[in-house]
Amino acid sequence: MTLTLNSGAPTGDIKDRWDNHKFDMKLVNPNNKRKFEVLVIGSGLAGASAAASLAQLGYKVKCFTFHDSPRRAHSIAAQGGINGAKNYKNDGDSVHRLFYDTVKGGDFRSRESNVYRLAQASVNIIDQCVAQGVPFAREYGGLLDNRSFGGAQVSRTFYARGQTGQQLLIGAYHALMEQVAKGTVDLHTKTELLDVVTKDGVACGIVTRDLTTGQVRSWSGHAVLLCTGGYSNAFYLSTNAMNCNVTAAWRAHRKGAAFSNPCYTQIHPTCIPASDEFQSKLTLMSESLRNDGRIWVPKGFDDARGAGQIPEGERDYFLERKYPAFGNLVPRDVASRNAKTVVDEGRGVGELKNGVFLDFSDAISRLGAPVVKERYGNLFDMYERITGESPYEMPMRIYPATHYTMGGLWVDYNLMTTIPGLYALGEANFSDHGANRLGASALMQGLADGYFVAPYTVGDYLSKLLGQPSVPVTDPVFTQAEAAINDDVKMWMNTGGTKGVDYYHRELGKIVWDRIGMARDKNGLEKALSEIPTLREEFRKNVRVLGTPEGINQSLEKVMRVDDFFELAELMARDALHREESCGGHFRVEHQDEEGEAQRDDENFSYVAAWEWKGAGAPQELNKEPLEFEYVHPAKRSYK
Amino acid sequence: MRVTLKIWRQDGPSANGGFHTYAVEDLKDEMSFLEVLDVLNERLTEEGEEPVAFDSDCREGICGTCGLMINGQAHGPQKGTATCQLHMRTFTDGAEITVEPFRNASFPIMKDLIVNRAPLDAIVQAGGFISADTGGAIDANIIPIPKPVADAAMDAAACIGCGACVAACPNGAGQLFTSAKLAHLNLLPQGQAQRWQRTEQMVETMEMFFGSCTNHGECQEACPKEISVDFIALMNRDFIKSKVKNRKLLGQTLS
Repeated sequence: MTLTLNSGAPTGDIKDRWDNHKFDMKLVNPNNKRKFEVLVIGSGLAGASAAASLAQLGYKVKCFTFHDSPRRAHSIAAQGGINGAKNYKNDGDSVHRLFYDTVKGGDFRSRESNVYRLAQASVNIIDQCVAQGVPFAREYGGLLDNRSFGGAQVSRTFYARGQTGQQLLIGAYHALMEQVAKGTVDLHTKTELLDVVTKDGVACGIVTRDLTTGQVRSWSGHAVLLCTGGYSNAFYLSTNAMNCNVTAAWRAHRKGAAFSNPCYTQIHPTCIPASDEFQSKLTLMSESLRNDGRIWVPKGFDDARGAGQIPEGERDYFLERKYPAFGNLVPRDVASRNAKTVVDEGRGVGELKNGVFLDFSDAISRLGAPVVKERYGNLFDMYERITGESPYEMPMRIYPATHYTMGGLWVDYNLMTTIPGLYALGEANFSDHGANRLGASALMQGLADGYFVAPYTVGDYLSKLLGQPSVPVTDPVFTQAEAAINDDVKMWMNTGGTKGVDYYHRELGKIVWDRIGMARDKNGLEKALSEIPTLREEFRKNVRVLGTPEGINQSLEKVMRVDDFFELAELMARDALHREESCGGHFRVEHQDEEGEAQRDDENFSYVAAWEWKGAGAPQELNKEPLEFEYVHPAKRSYK
Repeated sequence: MRVTLKIWRQDGPSANGGFHTYAVEDLKDEMSFLEVLDVLNERLTEEGEEPVAFDSDCREGICGTCGLMINGQAHGPQKGTATCQLHMRTFTDGAEITVEPFRNASFPIMKDLIVNRAPLDAIVQAGGFISADTGGAIDANIIPIPKPVADAAMDAAACIGCGACVAACPNGAGQLFTSAKLAHLNLLPQGQAQRWQRTEQMVETMEMFFGSCTNHGECQEACPKEISVDFIALMNRDFIKSKVKNRKLLGQTLS
């Protein structure tokens, strides 16, 4: 091990850790704040909230997004809600219970101090969002409504119809635009980060490419915050937006930031299956559907009959059969794995035999169509718009799809990566969800990091830099980084290949899905480690990028992102191969009990894997941050 | 199925553009319209012709990135549907489909089907927010908000900022977008302190970029979130009131 992984997490009573830490951190005098430049990359929940909050404090902030407007970041697509330990329902919720549920839901692979702070901040987030005008659902008395979500026995989820992510992002976007209008945030749209620049091992700026003009240029700052989301698109088909990518985090990794737990990826069980080879992305259907829908496949293999022609006795309600206590409401990882098993057996449904039925006919005869419509009408409409089939008349077809990644850049308690001055917030870091994220917690983490953590911790770092000017962009560290990007661009424009970048992304996605998907084994992972570099070699020779590097060139944008996905996919396989246990979203076929349930190995794997870049072509080196559990004691999750 | 696409192609903001015709075959009903463009682009790349530039991101109808004029209609023929959620079963086999970028003088074409919609952000910057710096918020349940008010604010807040309302309007007006943002904030109790300033500033910024509303109602028809033109009436009322209120406010400050 060559890295020192000091989480800097405080000790003492967990209730007081964050308060004490805040008091211990150094402050920057209001007159000095404007001397510090902070670069925020990304404008989703984490990025917009951090940029706005830091600007409110008086720092000079620059915010970069590759979208045409900050409001388009993928946080906008989150449906269900955001958790907040308000206990408005008087059902026994508390900060401690949210903390407990999150550590347990993460299968005991997260850092207790971080999770406790997240639960504490959840309360302030709800207040902050309401003050900004987020139109959360209300009861008739005018007070806030809550609903329940998986992995919890209390109702603590705040929501705005099925568009909670949209409304929270618009709240943060408004706050950001107010600062832009005041001139405290300098906003750069259609600008993509292509490198993180360091001098003497410390982050000092970034290099970007303007997606409209193609101009490559540098920006210097005293601190750099990466709020750039997750890497689900390594799978090609995922519920992530088309442009979501790992490039910012990956290029930081190449500059020395450790990358943690890349094998922790979450597969959501209820998505609409792919309809053909040209499917561009998958659409999630809310988890709430499993409250009234029954999941089944035919008992027989290659049954080509329609759902209506299969008599009751020839149907296999496999979740109800295997998990009588939880039935169709088992957690996401369990539901997903079982769907994969029956499809792999050849019992899948639909033209491509790539789905399972989610059947509402019992619910409709029990409750009547109007009640079902009231509960799920908008989801049924969305399903019908995409598939042309009405769930009132025939069962939905669903299949699991990747939609969130728990892994990401390693960060300490202050959210700083292993590069001083470089921070990672939101889904881009690894910190709070362990090996599995609970529903309605992604929005919570993005906003906690941006509104309530980074504004304090970044100040503490900057206080020590008082009097130091930022590194000028004429410094060789910047000019060399720019030259390297320009060389890269030139190389991609001149491969002389024959195939489009989507072809290779799709082929990579197939390997990642088959080998590093819902169930992994040694043999498959080793194959992935040889298949990925082979395909990458072909990709680098044979991909074709047409047009010019000046002006808009979407193939050029994408080819660089896909190249980074290739390297990441290799690391995902390496991480999954080394973790000889099953936990959360990481299921190793070799590590299951006699009933097929995941088997954790706390003795040997209760640590955060932090991979360190060792140069192109060389495998990364593993570093370990041990995890200690003082408050929530590791136990087996059982849903029988 | 097969379709013939007549697509607007233009190299850059100042280049001349024109329609190019492409036949696309072996399509399936369940493909989305943008997936047809993906298929076409992959073929064009292999044939050595530069792919058609178009914007899209979430492909779930929520981010507002996509938006095309399809047969002259913003987001195409299906009501309440963004371009990315439009599927080929809406079209007949052998159809000829005209595809253009969103039309508006304030949305300059950047390349092929991509336009610059920055004026929408400029309108928000002019006052589309409730000033509530991080940290000072009171408990979320202190101000009860009647459910019908919260619901109406949410109806307006559902706007995805795609600009279809502007593209569909014969006058190129920005009223539906601006009024939805105003209604979201002006209906809520938290938004009252800045209500009149916000209204005046946002409407005046809107008028710098866009045409005038003459109540055609095309905006409501094109809106993928089916936002109602009733919000425009609310905006017009608030705008007139704001002229009086803001002047009164100014008078009070000076006296």
